Amino acid sequence: MTHVGTGTFVPRPGAAPMRRMVLAQARMETRLLLRNGEQLLLAVVIPLIVLVGGITAARHLDLHFPHSPVDTLTPGVLALAVMSTSFTSLAIATGFERRYGVLKRLGSSPLPRSGLLAGKVGALLVVELLQAVVVGGAALLLGWSPAVSVTGLLGALATALVGTAAFASLGLFLAGALRAEATLATANLVYLLLMTGGAVVFPPSSYGPAGAVLSLLPSGALGTGMRTAFLDAGLPAVPLLVLAAWTAVGTFLTARTFQWE
Amino acid sequence: MSVPDSTGPAVVVQDLRMRYGDTVAVDGLDLEVARGSVTAVLGPNGAGKTTTLETCEGYRRPQHGRVRVLGLDPQAQRAELLPRIGVMLQHGGAWSGVRAVEMLRHVAALHAHPLDVGMLVDRLGLGSCGRTPYRRLSGGQQQRLSLAMAVVGRPELVFVDEPTAGMDPQARRTTWELLEELRRDGVTIVLTTHYMDEAERLADQVHVIDRGRLIASGSPQELTRGGGSSTIRLVVTEPFPASAPASLQASLGEGTLVQEINAHSLLITGPADAGTLATVSAWCDHEGVLPESLTLGQRTLEDVFLQITGRELAV
Repeated sequence: MTHVGTGTFVPRPGAAPMRRMVLAQARMETRLLLRNGEQLLLAVVIPLIVLVGGITAARHLDLHFPHSPVDTLTPGVLALAVMSTSFTSLAIATGFERRYGVLKRLGSSPLPRSGLLAGKVGALLVVELLQAVVVGGAALLLGWSPAVSVTGLLGALATALVGTAAFASLGLFLAGALRAEATLATANLVYLLLMTGGAVVFPPSSYGPAGAVLSLLPSGALGTGMRTAFLDAGLPAVPLLVLAAWTAVGTFLTARTFQWE
Repeated sequence: MSVPDSTGPAVVVQDLRMRYGDTVAVDGLDLEVARGSVTAVLGPNGAGKTTTLETCEGYRRPQHGRVRVLGLDPQAQRAELLPRIGVMLQHGGAWSGVRAVEMLRHVAALHAHPLDVGMLVDRLGLGSCGRTPYRRLSGGQQQRLSLAMAVVGRPELVFVDEPTAGMDPQARRTTWELLEELRRDGVTIVLTTHYMDEAERLADQVHVIDRGRLIASGSPQELTRGGGSSTIRLVVTEPFPASAPASLQASLGEGTLVQEINAHSLLITGPADAGTLATVSAWCDHEGVLPESLTLGQRTLEDVFLQITGRELAV
């Protein structure tokens, strides 16, 4: 039985260059993150509500911070935005990728796991940049005047990056161990708990004696790191160390437990 | 135009054993797939087809035995193997909110020399749903997209798991035509199916597996020719007496095989001539059973499976 084919499907296999694969994956994941209504709520709407609500509350409740309410709260709200994307959004998205067999499908594509992870991190950073523009822009309109210095900006950038690593490793741990629905519920619950009681938006000092412990949570460290950078123009060494330690813990747990399907 | 490295079998499975808890999924399976062929792995649900395929695809580590795909170890040489194979999963494999063509373009972007996405979309009739989110595609559309994702990277070998399950006849034909064209262009195809007609139409080689073991191998013609090429299915209105198969076998004598399918039907394999029919009629009269139908046909892979295992393959 000999047939002559059209030649259309003659094998010509090969992986695309790594850079192209990672870029494609990051672009795809960014589009999907931005397309999802709930994710957008989490990424932008809640931080904005917290910012405006916090400033209004401070005025009405006559709360006193060493700095103006908008200066005190904005770094924490930026930290909250990082947390919402790198932890909650990532965990939920990855949980459903497991459920829908996306990870399995990509697992048989030329994209290696390291490339998949790099693509995910790329998407998180793009979304975080957009969040920073929206939240920072709104804060500036509300009178935010951050302490600007090279050290401070580098400190903020480092805090955002290491904070992303820490929360992403914890988010992936959650997503790789639980079912998709349980991941959804847990990621949202943890987000709410940390937002209200995790010293991310308000400084640990506002929580009284619990503050010292809260500073050791990834949320407290991320918030404090941003505040140190934007309020004092300083390099937040201790928060960076705390976040690095959480990254190590999260990575270890994820590597040990992650189930691809 | 040459197929790279076209020596040796495309797939070799030797004494593969896989179990999940107490369940033995694959029980000492041996099989080979020749390069450039279409090989169907046929068997009922739970026969171990998907487990075998997933071991070849590198998703599962063989618990015992040896698996080589394109001469490579799917576990240890995964990175080298993956760009050269295409995998069609039975279910899912796409984000729920991704649009059909967007998903296909993404998979194409992961390969060095992908097929033209527009051409593939047309060929598989996915144009009308190109902008539809994956979750709103029909089952058949999802299947065709999944096939498109498996072949878009121009692989040497594709694994397709139940490619037409749940498809309408039109979509099945489209899928079959694409698989036939892939074969003509030199792509090796391994497909699992529990549809006889699919295996008979597409496959050069059929491996019938049941309960994790290989029970028969050959071309569809070889498999259906052995043991007489014609069948008679006898269905009666009242259940047979337990002795019926033996007594009919005795009446028909050598050269004919009688098997009980269920309490109402028997399968007779052998020469379907007037003599055999007369004997069957006489036997019905003698036993006092009323035939509801008496169907003559060519022996199918379904009959082969039934004769080897004593069970129906259709699920």
